[in-house]
Amino acid sequence: MSAAEQAIASADAVPLSLRGPAPTRVVAGYGFWLFLLSDIIIFAALFAAYAVLSGESAGGATAADLFDKKHVLIETACLLASSVTCGFGSLAVLSGDRNSTYFWMSITFILGAAFLSLEVSEFSHMLSIGAGPSRSAFLSAFFTLVGTHGLHVTVGLCWLIVMLLQVATLGFQPMVSRRFFCFGLFWHALDIVWIGVFTIVYLGAHL
Amino acid sequence: MSVEIQAQGAAPGVHVHTHDTRRSYLIGLGYAVVLTLASFWASSTDVIYPPGVPILLGVLAIAQMGIHLVFFLHISSAPDQTNNILALAFGIFIVGLLVFGSMIIMANLNHNMMPMDKLIQMQR
Amino acid sequence: MFGRLSWAAIPFDQPVVMIASGTVGFVIFCVLALVTVKGWWPYLWREWITSVDHKRIGVMYIGLALLMLVRGFSDAMLMRSQLALAAGHAQGYLPPEHYDQIFSAHGTIMIFFVAMPFVIGLMNFVLPLQLGVRDVAFPVLNSIGFWLSAAGVLLVNVSLVVGEFARTGWLAYPPLSEVAYSPGVGVDYYLWSLQISGLGTLLSGINLTTTILKLRAPGMGYRQMPIFCWTALASNLLIVAAFPILTATFAMLLLDRYCGFHFFTNDLGGNPMMYVNLIWCWGHPEVYILILPAFGVFSEVVATFSGKPLFGRRSMVMATMGICVLSFMVWLHHFFTMGAGADVNAIFGILSMVIAIPTGVKIFNWLFTMYGGRIRFTVPIYWALGFMVTFAIGGMTGVLHAIPPADFVLHNSLFLIAHFHNVIIGGVVFGVMAGITYWFPKAFGFTLNERLGKAVFWCWFFGFYLAFMPLYVLGLMGATRRMQHYSNMHWQPLMLVALGGAVLILLGIALTGVQLAVSIRQRERNRDATGDPWNGRTLEWSTPSPPPAWNFSHLPPVGRADAFWAMKQQRGTAQDRDVKQTYETIHIPRNNPTGFFLAFFAVLLGFSLIWRIWWGAGLGLLGAIVVCLMQAWRTDGEIEVPAEKVAAYDRLHGPQEGVA
Repeated sequence: MSAAEQAIASADAVPLSLRGPAPTRVVAGYGFWLFLLSDIIIFAALFAAYAVLSGESAGGATAADLFDKKHVLIETACLLASSVTCGFGSLAVLSGDRNSTYFWMSITFILGAAFLSLEVSEFSHMLSIGAGPSRSAFLSAFFTLVGTHGLHVTVGLCWLIVMLLQVATLGFQPMVSRRFFCFGLFWHALDIVWIGVFTIVYLGAHL
Repeated sequence: MSVEIQAQGAAPGVHVHTHDTRRSYLIGLGYAVVLTLASFWASSTDVIYPPGVPILLGVLAIAQMGIHLVFFLHISSAPDQTNNILALAFGIFIVGLLVFGSMIIMANLNHNMMPMDKLIQMQR
Repeated sequence: MFGRLSWAAIPFDQPVVMIASGTVGFVIFCVLALVTVKGWWPYLWREWITSVDHKRIGVMYIGLALLMLVRGFSDAMLMRSQLALAAGHAQGYLPPEHYDQIFSAHGTIMIFFVAMPFVIGLMNFVLPLQLGVRDVAFPVLNSIGFWLSAAGVLLVNVSLVVGEFARTGWLAYPPLSEVAYSPGVGVDYYLWSLQISGLGTLLSGINLTTTILKLRAPGMGYRQMPIFCWTALASNLLIVAAFPILTATFAMLLLDRYCGFHFFTNDLGGNPMMYVNLIWCWGHPEVYILILPAFGVFSEVVATFSGKPLFGRRSMVMATMGICVLSFMVWLHHFFTMGAGADVNAIFGILSMVIAIPTGVKIFNWLFTMYGGRIRFTVPIYWALGFMVTFAIGGMTGVLHAIPPADFVLHNSLFLIAHFHNVIIGGVVFGVMAGITYWFPKAFGFTLNERLGKAVFWCWFFGFYLAFMPLYVLGLMGATRRMQHYSNMHWQPLMLVALGGAVLILLGIALTGVQLAVSIRQRERNRDATGDPWNGRTLEWSTPSPPPAWNFSHLPPVGRADAFWAMKQQRGTAQDRDVKQTYETIHIPRNNPTGFFLAFFAVLLGFSLIWRIWWGAGLGLLGAIVVCLMQAWRTDGEIEVPAEKVAAYDRLHGPQEGVA
């Protein structure tokens, strides 16, 4: 047990719930955590729709016809790596190291952008062979689920740019640090959702 | 960072010591890579009993999500993480109900509402 | 250039609509003119529109809800009068295409723009005060949430004049709501206004959950928290969990309509029942989101006016959290008749009956609280007693519906309509009215007129029974919902009685307006000088009425539940006025126009998307992003209130614990 945990667990310690209002950092982090859970529920609804509609290809292309596992493996590698580099970037933010922040977050951005371009290339290929979202219910569900994830990644990348601009103009004041912290939570959560996506959508297709 | 006991618990994603955290990310990465490769292998190999493959994929996915939560988001069972765990548990409960409940219900509806000719086709 | 928008969108050929919109437009114009002439804009902008104070935002939510109550109720009057007339050969005065929009608008407005704002407004106003803190967790987000709801309100009401509303009922089931069968803009108005206000509601849910879990006065643990805070916690957890499902489902329907996707279409593999399934995954928790805060209000009101602590606190909390979890496990009972097998129906039927048990626990706890107490028969207690009788009946008809074989007869009949109005009016409306009367003096510094308050109650109470008991009978006689005309002449007398009930409720609503006017005129007589007009038990009564922007000069130290009651017991002869208090500088959040401007661009975005004006949508989106970026770079978010000012305020308004 760490010193903090020991201190909290000792018998005469005031329980955490009785210590009055939490500091801003905790409040902001928890609020964002709740937002992330609500976002994951949006994905759950889309997963549910995909699960129900994945067999409805209406005579068109099926999942087994369309998905290329190597492609997905590279996408997964990009996103996973970006999660780790984001983690290192978060440490740089915490220690107020500007150059380290720019370095690690730029790599995160590049990896995220690589993921997106791979996904866009897959989508445009599917559109070109007539397997677009309006072809069947299965394709509608696929494009929406994976597309929503991609949209979240896009928004995340834009947010990352804004955060780097905030560091450049405002420095590492508490507000900026808190927001970077929330960005980190967001980025890790996107990778967690991606685990679900590649397992259920891509690997599940070949069964 | 000093060891602060913060009122109402720690924010999710917070970890105390930098060195530990760096290692935590790298260990998490290692596990995640292994689990990912295992999933990809499991879905294309002939070695595993086919009806068991979806279950294996499910287990590997949940395990990897757990790895992310523990090593990247630093969720733990420490007393200052209780709120975060409860929120997560509630979220998982809802997600489970929504996804599995919908699948069961829609399958039930589809089966019960199947047109007679399709039903006969299925029997053949 | 303007997408599908043209002059043909305005229904010049429909006199009812033109007169209604003309009147509303005229009233709005007069109000705006009055405000301008009197020079009130700076005050309104500074004190209300850009306020991030939870108390102001709570009041605005309730004001919005009251306004929309009038709109939603006028739809109800149209429906009741149409049904009173349209028997046998008579066709009434509302053709089906029109009637369909009216019942769709009635349901949509009442649930999303009356009931939700009412409960969110109450929770917003009361929670920080009861928790003993200065504001909610995210004040700016609070303002954004309110203004996004207002944006939704605006869009729905614009549909009356420009275009049309959905004709699909308040939940817009496909395939009727798909483009093939609803090619007009009605369903789009419905979808976009609810997506926008739904986002606001979600933000509010996150805000209030975080507030309850992370911001409480020192010493206020979960066991010391007032019951209203517990029910608010359960309700907001449900908001955070359920509203994303609504967002996702509406998004899928929007994709079907705008981009030709096939989630819920009849062809190419779509499955309309998936929509029904998902929407009720949201829909059932939604009704618990509405009722739980009302339960909380009654817990506070019954305890205060019985002069006793709430009976069975712990079982009350467990029942509340039990309802919270169970509410996610019963949703199929809304579509028992739509194809599920008997096995699945049975499971959900049993679960639906089980959820009545914790509610029963609560009712018994309220009854046992009153037993042996010295009950003061004030207006809030009237509402509470009316609730207990009315909600019990409504709950019982709900358990009746929970039995699948019975539901096969009763589903979508007027019996169902009577049931849900029974629980929503008897539960939510009565609870909100009790809450408004109870906390009005805290918000405005004077109590509402007691006699008129009782008159309002009796009008609602008798009006409800007169309006809806006949509907139970009619449902059993075979009358269905959403019908514009019926051929069975035997139904007409009951329809007339129901119309009478509606008129009585209309009188109640009118009297509410009168009560407000009279109370304002009598405010000096009914001034709340102590901050504690009801001899209350919880911390909000320890502040002056109305409280200062910072709520508490010092965060109150809490030892046990009913913290203010404990303080009063200890105070005795108010000797602690001599205790020297040291004052510190207090930081409060600064006013912020972000919410208002985001809502402005949301309306632009929504309206443009509805009418396929793509450049307008782009502009709306861009504007919203710019507003967010401006907020991101705002560094002066707080005002400092100097310690002397706080001390001076305290000296002026008496010690925080109230003067005997």
